Amino acid sequence: MIVPYSQVLVLAGLLFLMGMFCLLSRRNLIMMVLGLEIMLNASAVAFVGAALRWQHLDGQAVAIFIIAVAAAEVSIGLGLIVWIYRRTGTVDAGCIESDACRID
Amino acid sequence: MTIYSTLFYLLAVLILASTAIAVTRRNMVHAVIYLVISFFGSALLFYLFGAPLLAALEVIIYAGAIMILFLFIVMMLRMEGLEDRLFPLKQWLPAVGVCFVYGMVLVMLIVSDTTDAPPMPAAAAAPATFGQFLFQRHWLAIEIVSMLLLIALVGVLRLGRDAGGKTRPESEVAQ
Repeated sequence: MIVPYSQVLVLAGLLFLMGMFCLLSRRNLIMMVLGLEIMLNASAVAFVGAALRWQHLDGQAVAIFIIAVAAAEVSIGLGLIVWIYRRTGTVDAGCIESDACRID
Repeated sequence: MTIYSTLFYLLAVLILASTAIAVTRRNMVHAVIYLVISFFGSALLFYLFGAPLLAALEVIIYAGAIMILFLFIVMMLRMEGLEDRLFPLKQWLPAVGVCFVYGMVLVMLIVSDTTDAPPMPAAAAAPATFGQFLFQRHWLAIEIVSMLLLIALVGVLRLGRDAGGKTRPESEVAQ
Protein backbone atom coordinates (compact mmCIF):
# COMPACT_ATOMS: atom_id res chain seq x y z
CA MET A 1 0.00 0.00 0.00
CA ILE A 2 1.56 3.29 -1.04
CA VAL A 3 -0.68 6.34 -0.76
CA PRO A 4 -4.07 7.44 -2.15
CA TYR A 5 -3.92 8.78 -5.68
CA SER A 6 -5.11 12.22 -4.56
CA GLN A 7 -1.83 12.81 -2.74
CA VAL A 8 0.10 12.01 -5.94
CA LEU A 9 -2.09 14.56 -7.72
CA VAL A 10 -1.29 17.15 -5.04
CA LEU A 11 2.44 16.53 -5.52
CA ALA A 12 2.11 16.84 -9.31
CA GLY A 13 -0.02 19.97 -8.94
CA LEU A 14 2.54 21.67 -6.67
CA LEU A 15 5.35 20.78 -9.09
CA PHE A 16 3.30 22.21 -11.97
CA LEU A 17 2.70 25.38 -9.92
CA MET A 18 6.44 25.84 -9.38
CA GLY A 19 7.14 25.37 -13.09
CA MET A 20 4.42 27.86 -13.99
CA PHE A 21 5.80 30.40 -11.53
CA CYS A 22 9.30 29.97 -12.99
CA LEU A 23 7.91 30.42 -16.52
CA LEU A 24 5.92 33.55 -15.67
CA SER A 25 8.23 35.41 -13.34
CA ARG A 26 11.59 35.08 -15.08
CA ARG A 27 12.81 37.05 -18.07
CA ASN A 28 15.77 34.89 -18.95
CA LEU A 29 14.73 32.65 -21.85
CA ILE A 30 16.76 29.69 -20.53
CA MET A 31 14.99 29.81 -17.17
CA MET A 32 11.63 29.96 -18.98
CA VAL A 33 12.43 26.77 -20.90
CA LEU A 34 13.54 25.22 -17.60
CA GLY A 35 10.09 26.05 -16.17
CA LEU A 36 8.48 24.27 -19.12
CA GLU A 37 10.57 21.19 -18.34
CA ILE A 38 9.35 21.20 -14.73
CA MET A 39 5.74 21.40 -15.90
CA LEU A 40 6.18 18.47 -18.33
CA ASN A 41 7.83 16.42 -15.59
CA ALA A 42 4.91 17.15 -13.23
CA SER A 43 2.42 15.84 -15.79
CA ALA A 44 4.53 12.71 -16.27
CA VAL A 45 4.43 12.10 -12.49
CA ALA A 46 0.63 12.39 -12.56
CA PHE A 47 0.37 9.93 -15.48
CA VAL A 48 2.63 7.31 -13.87
CA GLY A 49 0.60 7.57 -10.66
CA ALA A 50 -2.59 7.07 -12.67
CA ALA A 51 -1.09 3.97 -14.29
CA LEU A 52 -0.62 2.50 -10.82
CA ARG A 53 -4.04 3.66 -9.61
CA TRP A 54 -5.96 1.91 -12.40
CA GLN A 55 -3.43 -0.92 -12.86
CA HIS A 56 -3.13 -0.18 -16.55
CA LEU A 57 -0.04 0.46 -18.64
CA ASP A 58 -1.55 3.26 -20.74
CA GLY A 59 -0.43 5.87 -18.22
CA GLN A 60 3.19 4.74 -18.49
CA ALA A 61 2.92 4.81 -22.29
CA VAL A 62 1.75 8.43 -22.19
CA ALA A 63 4.60 9.26 -19.80
CA ILE A 64 7.15 7.85 -22.27
CA PHE A 65 5.64 10.03 -25.02
CA ILE A 66 5.85 13.05 -22.69
CA ILE A 67 9.56 12.39 -22.19
CA ALA A 68 10.12 12.13 -25.96
CA VAL A 69 8.18 15.34 -26.65
CA ALA A 70 10.15 17.10 -23.89
CA ALA A 71 13.41 16.06 -25.54
CA ALA A 72 12.26 17.40 -28.93
CA GLU A 73 10.93 20.60 -27.37
CA VAL A 74 14.09 21.37 -25.43
CA SER A 75 16.35 20.81 -28.43
CA ILE A 76 14.26 23.14 -30.62
CA GLY A 77 13.89 25.67 -27.80
CA LEU A 78 17.59 25.84 -27.01
CA GLY A 79 18.41 26.02 -30.73
CA LEU A 80 16.07 29.01 -31.00
CA ILE A 81 17.68 30.62 -27.93
CA VAL A 82 21.16 30.30 -29.48
CA TRP A 83 19.77 31.74 -32.73
CA ILE A 84 18.23 34.69 -30.85
CA TYR A 85 21.48 35.23 -28.95
CA ARG A 86 23.51 35.37 -32.14
CA ARG A 87 21.05 37.78 -33.72
CA THR A 88 20.43 40.17 -30.82
CA GLY A 89 23.23 39.46 -28.36
CA THR A 90 20.94 38.82 -25.43
CA VAL A 91 18.75 36.11 -23.93
CA ASP A 92 16.56 38.54 -21.99
CA ALA A 93 12.97 38.35 -23.21
CA GLY A 94 12.49 42.07 -22.56
CA CYS A 95 15.46 43.12 -24.70
CA ILE A 96 14.76 41.24 -27.92
CA GLU A 97 12.43 43.63 -29.74
CA SER A 98 14.28 46.88 -28.97
CA ASP A 99 17.97 47.66 -29.13
CA ALA A 100 18.13 49.08 -25.64
CA CYS A 101 17.19 46.76 -22.83
CA ARG A 102 14.09 48.07 -21.13
CA ILE A 103 14.65 48.12 -17.38
CA ASP A 104 11.44 48.95 -15.63
CA MET B 1 2.04 3.95 7.52
CA THR B 2 3.95 1.43 5.49
CA ILE B 3 7.52 1.74 4.27
CA TYR B 4 6.21 2.60 0.79
CA SER B 5 4.23 5.59 1.98
CA THR B 6 7.20 6.76 4.07
CA LEU B 7 9.34 6.57 0.95
CA PHE B 8 6.72 8.50 -1.02
CA TYR B 9 6.62 11.34 1.50
CA LEU B 10 10.43 11.51 1.68
CA LEU B 11 10.69 11.66 -2.11
CA ALA B 12 7.91 14.24 -2.34
CA VAL B 13 9.69 16.50 0.14
CA LEU B 14 12.99 16.02 -1.74
CA ILE B 15 11.43 16.82 -5.14
CA LEU B 16 9.46 19.84 -3.95
CA ALA B 17 12.36 21.31 -1.97
CA SER B 18 14.95 20.95 -4.74
CA THR B 19 12.54 22.33 -7.34
CA ALA B 20 11.66 25.28 -5.12
CA ILE B 21 15.36 26.03 -4.64
CA ALA B 22 15.98 25.66 -8.38
CA VAL B 23 13.30 28.10 -9.54
CA THR B 24 14.53 30.84 -7.19
CA ARG B 25 18.25 30.68 -7.98
CA ARG B 26 19.87 33.61 -9.75
CA ASN B 27 22.85 31.56 -10.88
CA MET B 28 21.62 29.32 -13.66
CA VAL B 29 24.26 26.62 -13.13
CA HIS B 30 23.01 26.18 -9.56
CA ALA B 31 19.42 26.01 -10.81
CA VAL B 32 20.30 23.26 -13.30
CA ILE B 33 22.15 21.23 -10.65
CA TYR B 34 19.21 21.46 -8.23
CA LEU B 35 16.87 20.38 -11.03
CA VAL B 36 19.06 17.33 -11.63
CA ILE B 37 18.44 16.38 -7.98
CA SER B 38 14.72 16.92 -8.52
CA PHE B 39 14.70 14.67 -11.58
CA PHE B 40 16.61 11.96 -9.72
CA GLY B 41 13.86 12.14 -7.09
CA SER B 42 11.23 11.82 -9.82
CA ALA B 43 13.04 8.75 -11.18
CA LEU B 44 12.96 7.13 -7.74
CA LEU B 45 9.26 8.02 -7.53
CA PHE B 46 8.65 6.28 -10.88
CA TYR B 47 10.46 3.21 -9.53
CA LEU B 48 8.26 3.30 -6.44
CA PHE B 49 5.19 3.47 -8.67
CA GLY B 50 6.27 0.31 -10.47
CA ALA B 51 7.77 1.74 -13.67
CA PRO B 52 11.44 0.70 -13.72
CA LEU B 53 11.85 1.40 -17.45
CA LEU B 54 10.52 4.93 -17.04
CA ALA B 55 12.78 5.45 -14.03
CA ALA B 56 15.82 4.54 -16.15
CA LEU B 57 14.61 6.76 -19.00
CA GLU B 58 14.05 9.65 -16.63
CA VAL B 59 17.65 9.44 -15.43
CA ILE B 60 19.06 8.96 -18.93
CA ILE B 61 16.99 11.53 -20.83
CA TYR B 62 15.88 14.15 -18.30
CA ALA B 63 18.71 14.21 -15.78
CA GLY B 64 21.33 13.16 -18.31
CA ALA B 65 20.68 14.55 -21.76
CA ILE B 66 18.36 17.51 -21.24
CA MET B 67 20.07 19.00 -18.20
CA ILE B 68 23.53 18.59 -19.75
CA LEU B 69 22.19 20.41 -22.82
CA PHE B 70 21.09 23.25 -20.54
CA LEU B 71 24.54 23.31 -18.93
CA PHE B 72 26.17 23.53 -22.38
CA ILE B 73 23.98 26.47 -23.36
CA VAL B 74 24.49 28.27 -20.03
CA MET B 75 28.25 27.94 -20.40
CA MET B 76 28.21 28.83 -24.11
CA LEU B 77 26.37 32.15 -23.84
CA ARG B 78 27.78 35.05 -21.86
CA MET B 79 25.22 36.41 -19.45
CA GLU B 80 26.94 38.67 -16.97
CA GLY B 81 24.70 41.11 -15.19
CA LEU B 82 21.53 39.67 -16.62
CA GLU B 83 20.13 38.18 -13.44
CA ASP B 84 20.68 41.22 -11.26
CA ARG B 85 17.04 41.47 -10.38
CA LEU B 86 15.35 38.15 -9.86
CA PHE B 87 11.77 39.30 -10.34
CA PRO B 88 11.06 42.26 -12.61
CA LEU B 89 8.31 44.34 -11.05
CA LYS B 90 6.16 44.44 -14.17
CA GLN B 91 6.04 40.65 -14.27
CA TRP B 92 5.87 40.00 -10.56
CA LEU B 93 2.22 40.92 -10.11
CA PRO B 94 0.69 38.93 -13.02
CA ALA B 95 2.82 35.91 -12.15
CA VAL B 96 1.71 35.96 -8.52
CA GLY B 97 -1.89 36.51 -9.62
CA VAL B 98 -1.98 33.56 -12.00
CA CYS B 99 -0.21 31.29 -9.53
CA PHE B 100 -2.58 32.41 -6.75
CA VAL B 101 -5.64 31.53 -8.82
CA TYR B 102 -4.08 28.15 -9.70
CA GLY B 103 -3.27 27.51 -6.04
CA MET B 104 -6.82 28.44 -4.99
CA VAL B 105 -8.29 25.98 -7.52
CA LEU B 106 -5.89 23.31 -6.24
CA VAL B 107 -6.90 23.90 -2.60
CA MET B 108 -10.60 23.92 -3.50
CA LEU B 109 -10.22 20.62 -5.37
CA ILE B 110 -8.43 19.07 -2.38
CA VAL B 111 -11.06 20.33 0.07
CA SER B 112 -14.02 19.27 -2.06
CA ASP B 113 -12.63 15.75 -2.54
CA THR B 114 -14.50 13.80 0.11
CA THR B 115 -14.26 10.38 -1.48
CA ASP B 116 -12.20 8.16 0.73
CA ALA B 117 -10.07 6.37 -1.82
CA PRO B 118 -8.02 3.45 -0.56
CA PRO B 119 -4.24 3.62 -0.86
CA MET B 120 -2.88 2.24 -4.11
CA PRO B 121 -1.44 -1.27 -3.93
CA ALA B 122 2.18 -1.66 -4.89
CA ALA B 123 2.73 -3.24 -8.30
CA ALA B 124 5.45 -3.27 -10.90
CA ALA B 125 5.45 -3.67 -14.67
CA ALA B 126 8.49 -5.49 -16.01
CA PRO B 127 10.28 -3.59 -18.80
CA ALA B 128 9.69 -6.47 -21.24
CA THR B 129 5.95 -6.44 -20.55
CA PHE B 130 5.82 -2.69 -20.93
CA GLY B 131 7.79 -2.78 -24.18
CA GLN B 132 5.52 -5.43 -25.69
CA PHE B 133 2.45 -3.45 -24.64
CA LEU B 134 3.91 -0.27 -26.12
CA PHE B 135 4.71 -1.78 -29.50
CA GLN B 136 1.45 -3.74 -29.75
CA ARG B 137 -1.02 -1.08 -28.70
CA HIS B 138 0.73 2.20 -29.48
CA TRP B 139 2.90 1.45 -32.52
CA LEU B 140 1.45 4.35 -34.51
CA ALA B 141 2.24 6.83 -31.73
CA ILE B 142 5.78 5.44 -31.55
CA GLU B 143 6.21 6.11 -35.26
CA ILE B 144 4.82 9.64 -34.90
CA VAL B 145 7.17 10.36 -32.00
CA SER B 146 10.18 9.09 -33.95
CA MET B 147 9.12 11.34 -36.84
CA LEU B 148 8.87 14.26 -34.39
CA LEU B 149 12.40 13.63 -33.15
CA LEU B 150 13.68 13.49 -36.74
CA ILE B 151 11.96 16.79 -37.55
CA ALA B 152 13.43 18.35 -34.40
CA LEU B 153 16.90 17.17 -35.48
CA VAL B 154 16.50 18.70 -38.95
CA GLY B 155 15.12 21.93 -37.49
CA VAL B 156 17.96 22.33 -35.01
CA LEU B 157 20.51 21.69 -37.76
CA ARG B 158 18.87 24.38 -39.91
CA LEU B 159 18.81 26.84 -37.00
CA GLY B 160 22.41 26.12 -36.10
CA ARG B 161 23.69 26.60 -39.66
CA ASP B 162 21.86 29.86 -40.15
CA ALA B 163 23.95 31.82 -37.60
CA GLY B 164 21.07 34.20 -36.94
CA GLY B 165 21.32 36.54 -39.91
CA LYS B 166 24.65 38.02 -38.85
CA THR B 167 26.58 35.75 -41.14
CA ARG B 168 30.27 36.33 -41.27
CA PRO B 169 31.87 36.87 -44.68
CA GLU B 170 33.24 33.83 -46.42
CA SER B 171 36.87 34.90 -46.09
CA GLU B 172 36.52 35.12 -42.31
CA VAL B 173 34.91 31.71 -42.12
CA ALA B 174 37.66 30.19 -44.21
CA GLN B 175 40.43 31.33 -41.92
